[in-house]
Amino acid sequence: MSPERAIRLSGVVKRYGRITAVDGLDLDVPTGTCVGLLGPNGAGKSTTMRMLTAQAIPDEGELEVLGFRLPHDSKAARAQCGVVPQLDNLDVTLTVEQNLLVFSHLYRIPRPERREAIERSLELANLVHRRGDKVDKLSGGMRRRLLIARALVHRPRLVLLDEPTVGLDPQVRQELWALIDALRSEGTTILMSTHYIEEAQRLADTVLIMSHGRGVAAGPPAELVLEHAGHEVIEVYGAPARLAEVQAEAAEAGLRTRRTGTSISILGVDGDGRGFEGERRPANLEDVFVLLTGEEIE
Amino acid sequence: MAARSETPRLGRLERPALTGVLVREVVNFSSYWRSSTFSSTVEPTIYLLAFGFGFGSLVSRIGGYRYVEFVGTGTVATAVLFSSAFPAMFGTFVKYKFQRTYDAILAAPVDTEELVSAEALWIASRAAVYGCVPMLVAMVFGLDPSWGMLLVPFIAWLSGLGWACFGVMIAGFASSFENFNYVVSAVLTPLFLVAGTFFPLDTLPRWAQILGELNPLHHCVQLVRDAVFLNLSWIDLLRVGYLAVFAFVLWRVAIRAMERKLVD
Repeated sequence: MSPERAIRLSGVVKRYGRITAVDGLDLDVPTGTCVGLLGPNGAGKSTTMRMLTAQAIPDEGELEVLGFRLPHDSKAARAQCGVVPQLDNLDVTLTVEQNLLVFSHLYRIPRPERREAIERSLELANLVHRRGDKVDKLSGGMRRRLLIARALVHRPRLVLLDEPTVGLDPQVRQELWALIDALRSEGTTILMSTHYIEEAQRLADTVLIMSHGRGVAAGPPAELVLEHAGHEVIEVYGAPARLAEVQAEAAEAGLRTRRTGTSISILGVDGDGRGFEGERRPANLEDVFVLLTGEEIE
Repeated sequence: MAARSETPRLGRLERPALTGVLVREVVNFSSYWRSSTFSSTVEPTIYLLAFGFGFGSLVSRIGGYRYVEFVGTGTVATAVLFSSAFPAMFGTFVKYKFQRTYDAILAAPVDTEELVSAEALWIASRAAVYGCVPMLVAMVFGLDPSWGMLLVPFIAWLSGLGWACFGVMIAGFASSFENFNYVVSAVLTPLFLVAGTFFPLDTLPRWAQILGELNPLHHCVQLVRDAVFLNLSWIDLLRVGYLAVFAFVLWRVAIRAMERKLVD
């Protein structure tokens, strides 16, 4: 009997001195789905994540996790959550297995089930053959897998992933995506923050685009793209002066544009090209992101 | 809501949470026990040899004891201080700031209060063991065994609990490692010297004696001597009470300091 909403935030505000990190955020994470918080660094994603484990206490608003009111009942919620932090905080002088053992205690797995839980986590993270190795001997990708395995040792109903693949090689990133995707298909609810567009597009059922501590748009990635950037985009390359002209022409034609480094993208040119010469490509989440936040993403 | 009635609200200072943090410490200890046991044994031995033979050749008896007896019991408090306040200060700071261990622990069903309490209990238990080392070393140099020695681990534990909380509190207030220099120079060194470990306090001026009576380390020294030489009296109960109050107050302050640090 789980609540329909694994996470519910309404009107949440968090200030640090004069800086407002989260500014009236509403967020719903339906049970059994994967929701992505997409935004640049400083958009308030990590602060939001910390509030969900009561490691940051909001100044205003209401938070509910797995039916528990936060921060008051946070401990009960945390018992059923798994958290993968952005910054590695494994015990580096311990072995892979010892790290999992410690967390099997912290997450109160009963003694008879402990052994099996650790084995399952080792297999999940594909670290069975490295179980006896100290963490400081592992590669970056392995450490990240262990970090995820550690968060799953008690079979949490909800998993919070804070920038799960930040700073990793593309190949390692793909590996982790497969891991997260497997988790998702098992029905675990996931809230994931990321500033990688591709990550959000691939893994998230719904995306909340964040900017300056607020949610600026929410929905399934494909719908967001369709709604805000249409089907197709024409990318026009040229000298800066030429690009400025194109931008003006597009504005006249009632089309939205965005700068893409050395080119200008004309959004929503579905069907005919409206006379613009350039490369056609499908619209993507990045178009939406830049359009809505006015911020370039790396 | 259904989920809430299924799982009752979790309370404060729960055993599984304390156990979880303790297990982490015990497992970690297995990777560094050699070095910490080495330093905890060698340090008091050096004090004992330096003061025992250095001073011992000048003064044969002090306060009614042979000097090796005097220093051998006194340095129990030194060992307790060194194996509690220092690891608590540095260990807490490293785990909070550099290893971010506490972030990981607080994301699990563990509160700051439980985290601090478990850390203090662990350090106190270690101090109870390491605190006995100087006494054992002194036995090699002629301290006679007595039944009262069995009380020493308990005295060391209670004393170590207070100093562990002290260390965690300092780490909670410190913003950098450099801050510890002030505490070590201005607080720990004077307390360590004016505790009646190496010389009795009654030779000091009156004001220093009064300050000495406020020094928890001094009460640890006196308790150990009274226990080892079977001189226990009602005054020692007051000393135990003083150490208990010291530990309790710093325990609460340490929790507050760490909450401020760990929860934004």
